[in-house]
Amino acid sequence: MEPPSHNKDKEITKLQELAYELKVEDAMTPKVITVPVNATMAEFREILRANRISGTPVVEDGKMVGIISIEDLIKALAAGELGVTVSDRMHTKPVTLYADEPLVHAVSKFSDLRFGRFPVINREGKLAGIITQGDIVRAMLKRLEVSYREEEIHRYRASHIFQDIVADEVALVFGYRVAARDFARAGEASSGLKRTLGRLGIPPPIIRRVAVATYEAEINVVVYTDGGEIVAEVRPDRIKIEVMDKGPGIPDVELAMQPGYSTAPDWVREMGFGAGMGLPNIKACADKMDLQSTVGVGTHLTIIIYLNRTPR
Amino acid sequence: MKLREVLQIIEGQVISKDIDLEEEVTCGGGADLMSDVLAFAQEGMLLMTGLTNPQVVRTAEMAGTGAIVFVRAKIPPPETIALAAHKKVPLLGSKYTMFEACGRLYVAGLAPHVLFELTLRRWYDAFGGRE
Repeated sequence: MEPPSHNKDKEITKLQELAYELKVEDAMTPKVITVPVNATMAEFREILRANRISGTPVVEDGKMVGIISIEDLIKALAAGELGVTVSDRMHTKPVTLYADEPLVHAVSKFSDLRFGRFPVINREGKLAGIITQGDIVRAMLKRLEVSYREEEIHRYRASHIFQDIVADEVALVFGYRVAARDFARAGEASSGLKRTLGRLGIPPPIIRRVAVATYEAEINVVVYTDGGEIVAEVRPDRIKIEVMDKGPGIPDVELAMQPGYSTAPDWVREMGFGAGMGLPNIKACADKMDLQSTVGVGTHLTIIIYLNRTPR
Repeated sequence: MKLREVLQIIEGQVISKDIDLEEEVTCGGGADLMSDVLAFAQEGMLLMTGLTNPQVVRTAEMAGTGAIVFVRAKIPPPETIALAAHKKVPLLGSKYTMFEACGRLYVAGLAPHVLFELTLRRWYDAFGGRE
């Protein structure tokens, strides 16, 4: 239910985070193609062509002494000087990055200096790799892909639904069946509703209240009734949860609402419930609560939680 | 407080596999009654309990509890461990009593949870003392 601009802000923050989190060495190409200092410009051209690259560090006895790019080659071509050695045309003292620097340093160097690539060295000064802007984009995308879990994608897709639907009134309705006395599965309905609300982008404190109230109600249906259903209706301003069962009904609703009053059998108490706190807990979570019960027919519990009220 | 520190303080053991001990818990609370847990549990809370059935994990899921510590040397049954793995709720164990496990963590600086407003209302109704 967040406005779209909010999501966009989040994306930018995530990228910024990544730029600090990742190191230059996570993005660089570790296998560096180099050109020897005594090679001719014609030989340099062949290296570029064979490897489909646009520049390389220049090395002498395994040490980097400079950097040279396709621009230098074009200038040499124009001047008809393909026979001169790379050492005549290279740029000495190239700007480098350390392998263990945060990637954000590389980003700012690319934007400040507008070079196509930077050699990467380790702290001993040895050439460790080379990095281009393409390498940075690839590393960030890969990390984003890994960190985006399926749940987040679900949430991203579903959280726009209220903005996408054009209607005077919008309500989403989710129904869950609750089986009688199936204690092992008690809570599945509430768990499903909780996950669904998360995907819709409902604020977590609201989800918590809905989940707790629904879970207590679900436990009651499992323990005391012959089964029932939970229907949640989500509107932009409120969530309404209706819990309906097929009986036997509550003889004295007022008594049942009293904290500590319980008719729970021992097996329920052993599970950590049945202390007469269920209905009071639901009431504490709800903005509005209504309990209608007819003995021999069933119970109808309505819980309303508003979305835009001050948190409690 | 990180789960790693919690483990040290309660001299505990990790029960569920593949948990991140760097995860943080925001506060702590202890109860064996799940309805009580639902009435006070806060997002990221560390729950101390002596109850080991799967509903403890369900309760933790609903209440947004950060992790569960089973006290009194109780080891949960496989179905509880399986549900916790599915719901990604870390499970720890302690050989100490509820009182001692909570006490050690409290002394070490883990904040207590606070009761919800509406739960407290009954107290103020009975005894006053509300500004």
